[in-house]
Amino acid sequence: MKRRDALRAIAGLPLVACDTSKPNKGALGGMERFNEKLERALQGGRAPTADERTPMDDFPGYHIAPEVPQVPDDWKLIVGGRVAKPLALTLADLRAMPRIESRIEHHCVEGWSAVADWAGVPLSEIAKACGEKENPYVEFRSFDAPSFNERGYWSSWDRESAFHPQTMLAYEMNGAPLTAKHGAPVRLYGSIKLGYKMVKYLTEVSFLDRRTGGYWENQGYEWFAGT
Amino acid sequence: MPRRPQPLLIRLTHWINVPAFIVMAMSGLQIWIAYPFFGPRGAMWDWVPLSGWMPPEWMRAGQWLAGARHLHFAFIWLFVINGLVYVVYLVVSGQRRRRLFWPPRDLRPAVQQFLYYVRLRKQAPAKDLYNGLQRAAYTSALVLGVLEVLSGFAVWKPVQLSWLAAMFGGYDGARVVHFLALIGLLLFLVAHVVMVIIHWRQFPNMITGGTPEPEEEA
Repeated sequence: MKRRDALRAIAGLPLVACDTSKPNKGALGGMERFNEKLERALQGGRAPTADERTPMDDFPGYHIAPEVPQVPDDWKLIVGGRVAKPLALTLADLRAMPRIESRIEHHCVEGWSAVADWAGVPLSEIAKACGEKENPYVEFRSFDAPSFNERGYWSSWDRESAFHPQTMLAYEMNGAPLTAKHGAPVRLYGSIKLGYKMVKYLTEVSFLDRRTGGYWENQGYEWFAGT
Repeated sequence: MPRRPQPLLIRLTHWINVPAFIVMAMSGLQIWIAYPFFGPRGAMWDWVPLSGWMPPEWMRAGQWLAGARHLHFAFIWLFVINGLVYVVYLVVSGQRRRRLFWPPRDLRPAVQQFLYYVRLRKQAPAKDLYNGLQRAAYTSALVLGVLEVLSGFAVWKPVQLSWLAAMFGGYDGARVVHFLALIGLLLFLVAHVVMVIIHWRQFPNMITGGTPEPEEEA
């Protein structure tokens, strides 16, 4: 009897372990964490410069709100978490900080690619300004919410990716101020993560000692999602 | 010790490859339908065959994009390790000599075998373990498998493995190769299963290994 139960459990194990409706749990989740180690080890320097720019109208812009999110009147970027000096930055403050530019090929989890020029403040400069030290994770929150009282789109990153030389809080796309479709006033952008990690419509950047998932990540998409 | 026509390691890797390939192919097609097109946004490559194709549900696994990606990135290691064991065994055991397509030896018999199948030739050319056409088919499946893995890594890590992606003409090129190599493998699979059904007497060899044969080239 006991043996039969054990056999049944062993036979059923692969099915339970591979529950694709909760792919970040069980055996599939275990393999995700294995792959994350490899992805971290692979991570290198700057991405090669992409070639031809995608026409502006052909560059998709996704959001979870029913309408394109619009910038609140009193918008400021809150920088907090485990930092020495929490900040509230206006767009002008961000523009006054050191600036980087990069032509980057975008990779969506769906499989498409698109190219644009991006400009903004390196995230490492924000970290410097708020006196953050050695936090292993950074969380990004936004005002892109499915409804008024729901939590907005968010994601969280590992420190190494957040401090990558091309990771920035972008306020310009293709030489013009960011449009509402692409995450105005400021979005997270970089060269080493899939699109869903690069939060638009930013409201908060928090340096933390734990990872706090994300909108898609909590539903089952990979948390690391490196390219 | 006399050798069986199908050595243990060949049989083992062959049968491990069955679930590994099925899961990779089916989860791959589920991933594909999230964006069943080629080329970068704004400059799509509609001319690539099967652009826009939506495979039916029975060909897909993983329920949704995240589920299929997790299946794909978990089973890839079974597929890769099993494939490596197979290739290393082929080389060190010398089995490559009787299994891989070697044009100077196999090209003529392969063409003759083809002509025999389409009834333009009365007699089948001589064969040993396999005929030339079989070697051509099995070797192309192996080449397609290698292409599939390399282009897959390029699509997975187009930035960190940008040198690999560049070999396929970039991320979007690698995606084309990754998809078309799968179609090639699926065509091979169909032909393979049809031939197994036609030559069903050979089938048990792939399980038992077959009757031990005397050493050749003593």
